[in-house]
Amino acid sequence: MAISSQDTAIRTGRITRTFIYLVLMLFALFYMLPLYVMVVNSLKPLSEITGGGMMALPQVWTIEPWLKAWSTAQVGVQATGLKPYFLNSILMVVPAVAISTMLGALNGYVLTKWRFKGDTLLFGFMLFACFIPFQIVLIPMAMVLGKLGISGTTAGLVLVHVVYGIGFTTLYFRNYYTVFPTELVRAAQIDGAGFFQIFWRILLPSSGPIAVVSVIWQFTNIWNDFIFGASFASGNGAPMTVALNNLVQSSTGVKEFNIHFAGAILAAFPTLLVYIVAGRYFVRGLMAGSVKG
Amino acid sequence: MGFLDIDNATKSFGKVEVLHNVDISVQEGEFLVLVGPSGCGKSTLLNVIAGLEEVTSGEIRIKGEVMNHVHPSKRNIAMVFQSYALYPNMTVGQNITFGLEMHGMPKSEREKAMYKVARLLQIENLLARKPGQLSGGQRQRVAMGRALVREPDVFLFDEPLSNLDAKLRVDMRTEIKKLHQNLGTTIVYVTHDQIEAMTLSTRIAVMHNGHIQQLGTPNEIYNSPSNLFVANFMGSPSMNLLPVRINVEGNDVRAETTNGKSETVNLAFHNPSASLREFNGKNVTLGIRPEGLTDLEGADQRSKHVETINNTVDVIEPAGSDTFVTTTLGNTECIGRMRADTSLKPGSETSFAINMEKAVVFDPETEMRIA
Repeated sequence: MAISSQDTAIRTGRITRTFIYLVLMLFALFYMLPLYVMVVNSLKPLSEITGGGMMALPQVWTIEPWLKAWSTAQVGVQATGLKPYFLNSILMVVPAVAISTMLGALNGYVLTKWRFKGDTLLFGFMLFACFIPFQIVLIPMAMVLGKLGISGTTAGLVLVHVVYGIGFTTLYFRNYYTVFPTELVRAAQIDGAGFFQIFWRILLPSSGPIAVVSVIWQFTNIWNDFIFGASFASGNGAPMTVALNNLVQSSTGVKEFNIHFAGAILAAFPTLLVYIVAGRYFVRGLMAGSVKG
Repeated sequence: MGFLDIDNATKSFGKVEVLHNVDISVQEGEFLVLVGPSGCGKSTLLNVIAGLEEVTSGEIRIKGEVMNHVHPSKRNIAMVFQSYALYPNMTVGQNITFGLEMHGMPKSEREKAMYKVARLLQIENLLARKPGQLSGGQRQRVAMGRALVREPDVFLFDEPLSNLDAKLRVDMRTEIKKLHQNLGTTIVYVTHDQIEAMTLSTRIAVMHNGHIQQLGTPNEIYNSPSNLFVANFMGSPSMNLLPVRINVEGNDVRAETTNGKSETVNLAFHNPSASLREFNGKNVTLGIRPEGLTDLEGADQRSKHVETINNTVDVIEPAGSDTFVTTTLGNTECIGRMRADTSLKPGSETSFAINMEKAVVFDPETEMRIA
């Protein structure tokens, strides 16, 4: 009885599994299609695209569009390609991610291990920062940047993204440190470690998973941001997303779709890379924060 | 003045007072165990001594110096936590020397101290490992090593054995006792396990609801509990507490109760005190330890006064070394400790020997000891 029912379980299992895999492959194909279109069209001459062969493989393979998108395409006033803007984005993202993650870790540490009156309320307010739409802060932010004298600079963008990111990073680290044993902090206190020594020597070395989560989240968000970049950085200071828009939207001459596709892939490449390298730590970190305890 | 003085210490969290005027004076080399059920304030008291919590009023003094506002690291204390609290990112060696490093000791001296402690605790082969690679017992040793290496004035232990399995717990208990005997350090030790308290301590403070119920040697706590709580809490199985009536007849004072068949039983007290006589005709609570309620052969030969009664056996519980026999006295289930090879059967009638020399009496209203 038990054996026969196990048999049917295996048989139905096989059929269902085949079905599930088929559906999943269909979905995968569907999701991969845009990437296919982009890659394929970025590798053929413009004439083949305008000729109407969007889905076809290139007849003549060329990396010319990639080179043009990178270094000679008309983005701003000069034909510089996306290269300088890519650099702008790197200069903006790296410090913004590093600073917001560090501040988030510090906030999480204080909010969980150095509790004070009203800390929950304060944390509630910080959480609120996660829900404020970007558009609302545009004008006040412009005024602040103007007063600080850093409007239109990369430093200004870094500040904007750090301020906006603290809410998220604090949330991550606070939830992670809540389940971090307080006895460790107490032991370190008795051992004579001070506020920052406990942070550096005890908490941070154990924060790997959540730091990865914070870095990926912040990196993707800041790299992909368009509205702050378009509002607070102008001309040569614009980040990659804005430059890509300028490249695609430029109204002079023919639309060079192959270059646009190449540029779009270039703009998406760093976030893709971050996910490929650290993706599994991302899931692991999210699980560690939520399941433990 | 003692080595460690807790002087009229009170601790409140908001409006809730969790420690009420605690007074303890610990001498140098003493092993004081704070014992009580969970929520009795014993861990709070330990944290107050450590400086992890501040007293609301009163004073903590170590070697005569007031410690109230002194930072934990400057009190020259070391603490072993229930979870061991080993730093997960550091090796065993780094864990042990972290405190010394924080106190600015040069590296060569740190290592010398580390090896000395590692040898003492036999953890030399573990020094390069991370805490995650250690078993529970090894972690326990490392946690003690981290405390020992500081050579503190006072050691604080917060339920250090409660995460170990039963056998290891007994082994480590002996080891801690050995360590105390060899090093002669002053130790304050928190536990909820009354056997740990009895075996380890030179003195026990039984706590309940933030009050010290009784402070005394293990012998005092066990044999002359000062109130019903202490009598009930200490000892396993716990003391039999049965309602009796006091009858004074000339020189004799008897406790009148009933056996399992509701027949009257009289138990004469040994050397009844004057305060007991005052309760003539009143109902009191009689306390008899399980080892004071035995078969005739098992009765304490050195006892000056043993009463014998016949009673019915309700339940037999063989425990290997002894057999626990449940019988009814004064409508209360009482547990007696008998020989392991006893041939009694449930429902049978047998003779019980009651050691009246060790019997204690409590006033059921005030719950305080009368005699």
